[in-house]
Amino acid sequence: MLGDALLFQLGYNASLVTLGALLLGVAAGVAGTFLFLRKRALVSDAISHATLPGVGLAFIVMVALGGDGRSLPGLLFGAALSAGAGLLCVQWLSRRTRLGEDAAIGAVLSVFFGFGIVLLTIVQTMNAGRQAGLEGFLLGSTAGMLRDEALLLAVSAGLVLALVMLLRRPLTLAAFDPGFSEVTGWRPGWIDLAMMGIVLLVTVVGLKVVGLILIVALLIVPPVTARFWTERVDVVVITAGVLGGLAGYLGAAISATAPALPTGPIVVLVSFALFGLSLLCAPGRGVLASVLRHQRYQRRVHVRQGLLALASGQPIYERLTHRLLRRAGLIRADGVATTAGQAAAAKAQLDETRWALVRADQTFATAAARYDGLTAIEDVLTPDQITDVDSRLSRPQAVS
Amino acid sequence: MSVALVSDAAGAADRAARTASPLSVRGLTVSYGETPALFSVDVTVRAGAMTAIVGPNGAGKSTMLKAALGVIKPLAGSVAVFGQPLAKMRDAIAYVPQRASVDWNFPTRVIDVVLMGLYRDLGLLGRVRAKHRARAMACLDRVGMTDFATRQIGQLSGGQQQRVFLARALAQEADIYLLDEPFAGVDAATEKAIIAVLKDLRDAGRTVLAVHHDLTTVPAYFDDVILLNREVVAAGPVDEVFTEALLQTTYGGRLETARIQAETVAG
Amino acid sequence: MMGAEFVALSLPPILIGICVAVACALPGNFLLLRGQALIGDAISHVVLPGIVVAFLVTGLVATGPMLLGAAGAAVVAVIAIEAIRRLGRIEAGAAMGVVFTAMFAGGVLLLEQSDTSNVHLDVEHALFGNLESLIWLDATGWASLLDPVALAGMPVELPRMALALGVVAVFVWLFWRPLAMMSFDEGFAQGLGLRTGALGLALVIISAVAAVAAFDAVGSIIVIAMFICPPAAARMMTNRLGAQVAWSVGFAALSAVSGYVLAGYGPLWIGASASVSAAGMIATMSGLILAVAAVLGPHRTRNS
Repeated sequence: MLGDALLFQLGYNASLVTLGALLLGVAAGVAGTFLFLRKRALVSDAISHATLPGVGLAFIVMVALGGDGRSLPGLLFGAALSAGAGLLCVQWLSRRTRLGEDAAIGAVLSVFFGFGIVLLTIVQTMNAGRQAGLEGFLLGSTAGMLRDEALLLAVSAGLVLALVMLLRRPLTLAAFDPGFSEVTGWRPGWIDLAMMGIVLLVTVVGLKVVGLILIVALLIVPPVTARFWTERVDVVVITAGVLGGLAGYLGAAISATAPALPTGPIVVLVSFALFGLSLLCAPGRGVLASVLRHQRYQRRVHVRQGLLALASGQPIYERLTHRLLRRAGLIRADGVATTAGQAAAAKAQLDETRWALVRADQTFATAAARYDGLTAIEDVLTPDQITDVDSRLSRPQAVS
Repeated sequence: MSVALVSDAAGAADRAARTASPLSVRGLTVSYGETPALFSVDVTVRAGAMTAIVGPNGAGKSTMLKAALGVIKPLAGSVAVFGQPLAKMRDAIAYVPQRASVDWNFPTRVIDVVLMGLYRDLGLLGRVRAKHRARAMACLDRVGMTDFATRQIGQLSGGQQQRVFLARALAQEADIYLLDEPFAGVDAATEKAIIAVLKDLRDAGRTVLAVHHDLTTVPAYFDDVILLNREVVAAGPVDEVFTEALLQTTYGGRLETARIQAETVAG
Repeated sequence: MMGAEFVALSLPPILIGICVAVACALPGNFLLLRGQALIGDAISHVVLPGIVVAFLVTGLVATGPMLLGAAGAAVVAVIAIEAIRRLGRIEAGAAMGVVFTAMFAGGVLLLEQSDTSNVHLDVEHALFGNLESLIWLDATGWASLLDPVALAGMPVELPRMALALGVVAVFVWLFWRPLAMMSFDEGFAQGLGLRTGALGLALVIISAVAAVAAFDAVGSIIVIAMFICPPAAARMMTNRLGAQVAWSVGFAALSAVSGYVLAGYGPLWIGASASVSAAGMIATMSGLILAVAAVLGPHRTRNS
């Protein structure tokens, strides 16, 4: 069953939904990366919650004009308009008043959502509204989707993705270096506008699939996940797109296999599973790697400090230092250095002396910048340079 | 839920037995991630003296103050205040953070900020009485800010904000004053006023330790100096330690830049 | 008699609404000043998985387990956010977005998977509650407020919410000084030996208490609005912390009363028959108050 879903074998509608979720996931992952890199991830939360009053108003207006009210393009158009209004409110509150952007986001999302709920209760009392199914916009509902709607979803997801790809370069530049993008002729204001426009489109297209409460996950989780695997902006963009697409595709396919597996939550949970895996296991920034590295580093610091203390004949105060030196066979139980310990202490002392010279000398400025109290001088300077440094040591450090 | 907010005040006996250095730091190593900010720092601050911490950007000057206050957890090393563990002696220390580290838009008045310095006396629920107000006003008077007592803090100039911070530290009536860049971005009149207050403190037997960036004023303002560049390069009386050679070692190629920067900031 | 109808149908919801609004606005002031305004948003989203898990574990739709489940979920969320922020070196907003969406999605999925058709437990209820249904059938008029028999039939949400408000108010009163100090200058507070980490967590837990007690009566949307809008509006009115908190309490109560009245009677005034969502209307009113304060408030801009 899942195999069929993954291979687009579950009927025309389900396949379109799966394809749409895949395209949407890629678009959202890429677009979300720019938001994330600009530290404005939660602006998308305000945008998505602000779609609700637009959906309600669009329905009411369409019914008042004698239409059906349930026309998906009309509802999405309304959603886009009110999401845009919400975005403007966030911008205005955070620029023109003393409120920070976080407070502006919270205020806009709760008030717009609250007003949207008011409108939904009005819709429910309308004769045409009994079967409106607007609640589907809260958590997404792809199960009973009409063929036209599925097609609209897939096509618009593809268009959004194309737009993101088109604007990828200036957006990457802006996220990486706002000053540089200005030099190249792209005004940051316009780029911000383009970025928010894309986020808004992703949100509106995703409303029917994931719902307005969870759509932010598509924009936030893949970039955060991608960030664990690389330090390079362009790689983050691509990785986030792949992760987002994967979550959309897998999520939609899994959800198509059973009725009690709503698309939105499944997509979000797949995305989160990828995140959790990365948080734990990513090589550079992952938790396991970090913990191991920190422990190793702390031990190096303690050993080094212990050796320097030995070299200058000071007692070792800290228990961890003592234990580490003891285990390495550098000191005896009573804290006195062994032969190996004496040699290591002398080496550490010599390193420090050489470093002091290197750091005082402007000609070694690049090398001096690598000083961290731990790196051996041999790792930074060539043997010739070390000879040069040693020749300046007025009296060689004799360490007992 | 028991949230013990203030550690025990040190007993009178402890105060009497303060023969050890007001502040001594041993083997202090602090790192942010894998970058060491301070490495194996040993420092003993002389009682009743004004000591400057001097060094290039990123030398760990502010980190050293924060570690001495116990605000940052060190990777290794320990801090002793009058020979006692820091936790027992917190009330002996007053702290003036960097002005840029707080939100000056915060809804509070000058006098309320100074009253924060009396937290130990007031406790959680103690009423602010006339004597507390008088003490706070006296501290404002010492920095020349009595006229601004009911002003909103956001309406003050940089120099005035720094004076308010100093008044709050004075209200703590501590033995040791730790100041982080007290002269950064302040006007000349404020700089003069602050240094006068600090010298008064020293003459009253208190210990002052300040992060300082202006090399030209070090000899005039301070008695001792600690040259810091992740490690202590040298520490001691200004006329012994504040030498061209040692400064060169501390700043490396950045000495000239440091001088020019200091002048532009000060001028 | 108008009085009897009012006491039975409108007085309990209005009082509950005021308690909810004030209980959220009080800690909201400090969250706002600490730049943690969106913690309220995160907390209210994770209430749903909390109650669903509590239901699945106990099999009961009872208040006790649900409150515990929701409070537990809030604590888990806050710890997870902090852990992701520190361990992954991820910006707080993004960490929040990851955690609350995942937990909310988990809650929805669990709800769909489990058989809750015969119990009153659904997503929409968690989102916007049902304030209008909290009526006091035993009341026959104002005198019922003094009648022990009638009082026993009062909606249980009212004393529960009043208790939550009491807990929140006592916390804010007791820790006013450290909260203010920590919000203004965390470094100085730490230098004094204040455990700012513990106090910050306590503030979040207290906010969770308010949110959790409120969700059953009014749903989470009103909770987010009350955490942020009244304190934000109050921020534009004054430069004194005490005055700000007082304004925020006033704005919160005003939103609750005006929102409830408009939701219940507003449609009648314009000739419509049915009422609209009270929770939604209260959130809307708090937004309108914020809008007015942002345009006209004497201290609406920075450094004013």
